[in-house]
Amino acid sequence: MSDAFNQFTGTTTYIASEDLQQAVNVAVALEKPLLLRGEPGTGKTVLAQNVASALGMELIAWHVKSTTKARDGLYVYDTVARLHDSRFGDSDVNDISSYIKLGPLGRALAADKRVVLLIDEIDKADIEFPNDLLTELDAMKFFIDETGKEVVAKERPLVIITSNNEKELPDAFLRRCIFHYIDFPNVELMTQIVRVHHPDIEELVLDQCLELFFKLREVPRIRKRPSTSELIDWIFALRKAGVDLARVGGGIPFLGTLLKNEQDMAILGNN
Amino acid sequence: MLIDFLFELRKQRLKVSAHEWMSLMEAMSKGLHNSSLDGFYRLARCICVKDVSDFDAFDQAFLAYFKDVYVDVAEVTNDLLSWLQDPKKFAGLTEEEKQLLQQLNVEELQKMFEERLKEQKERHDGGGKWIGTGGKSPFGHGGYHPSGVRVGGPGGGKSAMQVAEMRRYRDYRKDRVLDVRQIDVALRGLRRLGREGAVEELDIDETVDATCKNAGDLDLVFTAPKRNRMKLILLMDVGGSMDAYSLMVERLFTAASRAGRFASFEHYYFHNCVYEHVYEDAAFRKPVAVNDLIARTSRDERLVIVGDALMHPGELMSPGGSIYFYHHNASAGATWLRRLEEHYRFTAWLNPEPERYWPRTTVEAIAGIFPMYHLSLEGLEEAIRYLVRGGQRPDPIRAQPFS
Repeated sequence: MSDAFNQFTGTTTYIASEDLQQAVNVAVALEKPLLLRGEPGTGKTVLAQNVASALGMELIAWHVKSTTKARDGLYVYDTVARLHDSRFGDSDVNDISSYIKLGPLGRALAADKRVVLLIDEIDKADIEFPNDLLTELDAMKFFIDETGKEVVAKERPLVIITSNNEKELPDAFLRRCIFHYIDFPNVELMTQIVRVHHPDIEELVLDQCLELFFKLREVPRIRKRPSTSELIDWIFALRKAGVDLARVGGGIPFLGTLLKNEQDMAILGNN
Repeated sequence: MLIDFLFELRKQRLKVSAHEWMSLMEAMSKGLHNSSLDGFYRLARCICVKDVSDFDAFDQAFLAYFKDVYVDVAEVTNDLLSWLQDPKKFAGLTEEEKQLLQQLNVEELQKMFEERLKEQKERHDGGGKWIGTGGKSPFGHGGYHPSGVRVGGPGGGKSAMQVAEMRRYRDYRKDRVLDVRQIDVALRGLRRLGREGAVEELDIDETVDATCKNAGDLDLVFTAPKRNRMKLILLMDVGGSMDAYSLMVERLFTAASRAGRFASFEHYYFHNCVYEHVYEDAAFRKPVAVNDLIARTSRDERLVIVGDALMHPGELMSPGGSIYFYHHNASAGATWLRRLEEHYRFTAWLNPEPERYWPRTTVEAIAGIFPMYHLSLEGLEEAIRYLVRGGQRPDPIRAQPFS
């Protein structure tokens, strides 16, 4: 195996499973977008930040909302500002390019160096959104109609796409992606992950926390099961307040950091 | 040789295209599979499979294809050599054991290994011959044998075959029972967007036009936002043989009736088969004449019927066949069903019964009238695709009889 390939092996603050490392490295080598799915809170978004820092690239994040259009990612032509200037302003209205603002995808393509582009929660947008991005992600170039200028990527950016498994993505889009499903970590991996965030935590405390945490996840009928990020916050709260789990009888302290839903609290109370 | 694996995948109904296969070949030519079966398992899965609900099918295809060819020679040879060259490993052995070790040379060991792997078909733990964990055989890991070879990746890691065998992703398969959220997501696809209602969005293009016509004086134009114009009528079979599926139907109803989802949503109940009336309530007290329903609603509304379509043939085919003793229906159930189907441009029948029970029953007859889909996530998605875009109807007799 070439060294050039095995670039990503996790970072000091992010533990990646072997499957995930390989998926990232395949995406880097094949220059294809990496599509990540998994339970909320398993570190899909954080991965992009860590890949960027591990590979020494700049990160450009594009957080998709329900109203986001594919074109917004490339560029926005600020018509209203131009209209406004034509009426009241004194800037040069004839220079259209000064009213064109590149979006996150546009900036990633126009960048001089290879960057990491994070398209976060792609499933939130309209059903046709991924299809509208196909050409740009494939050819890595786009036209600005208003100025007739073409932006071509000098280096194909590494695209990381996250999805909360909410909606089927179109097949044509999926064919172009490398797919990885982030499994919920098992106890061993979780121990490593917590250690990274709380390096000085005592063995005993950690064991107790994890035991409680995994027990909590197995309570039947819970709607939003606590995830990694919630565990880390919870341990942080416990330590900040100096609570010793072994000495607390009954109830779980700071339960609000783990369960985010009234019904779940009630279900836990019944058990 | 590998091309058979592609067809094995496709046999498992994985939609692996030539596009993805070429990517996999390119990746392998770059050595991205790490020259090992574990590496290949991961590589092939992340390129060819795009949905966690298909992981299980992939595992099965992988098992089927590689159970006979699993010999990871390159990795093993390296492990073997480095093991034999590491004098520290011999420290704990007695003189006798060291002599035993001399008897086994590298080629012999490797040959034995390959032979045993071929013989062995299942995962194995403990014992003295097979390759597995915690045993005394020369092969495996976590065990002890004077001249043993550790098989597999770094400590604690599982080999691809073991991972595939565990079939951890079985629960993610799509044909399992639906929950409300999944139905919710699927129903999002059921829509026709159109501009309707109050004008509240700034229409840039129109504004520019109007401003230009206004000699450069700003003239703002607003437009209505896009809304779903889909109208849906849901008919649900309740009682009798449908009791077993009441939870699933209830979930479908919960998701479909969510406020603001459709431009209009009506639902009615019936028992076993539709005759002159459908009912507004599940207790059958408020009848609505089917003829009135047909007269009142437009052809463009979508009709979805949920029911098991299982009944006595007479209930469907003969006049007066209704299951209720005091009810005499002048037209046969099938006639009423056909009337509904002819009125609406797009209809779908969702059937919770597994497809293998359909043939040679009234289900088959009704599937000849309505496009019928299994009430699973996959079936629901197909039905929605048909309701929105039209196209090919499903074959009424597609499942093999249950034997």
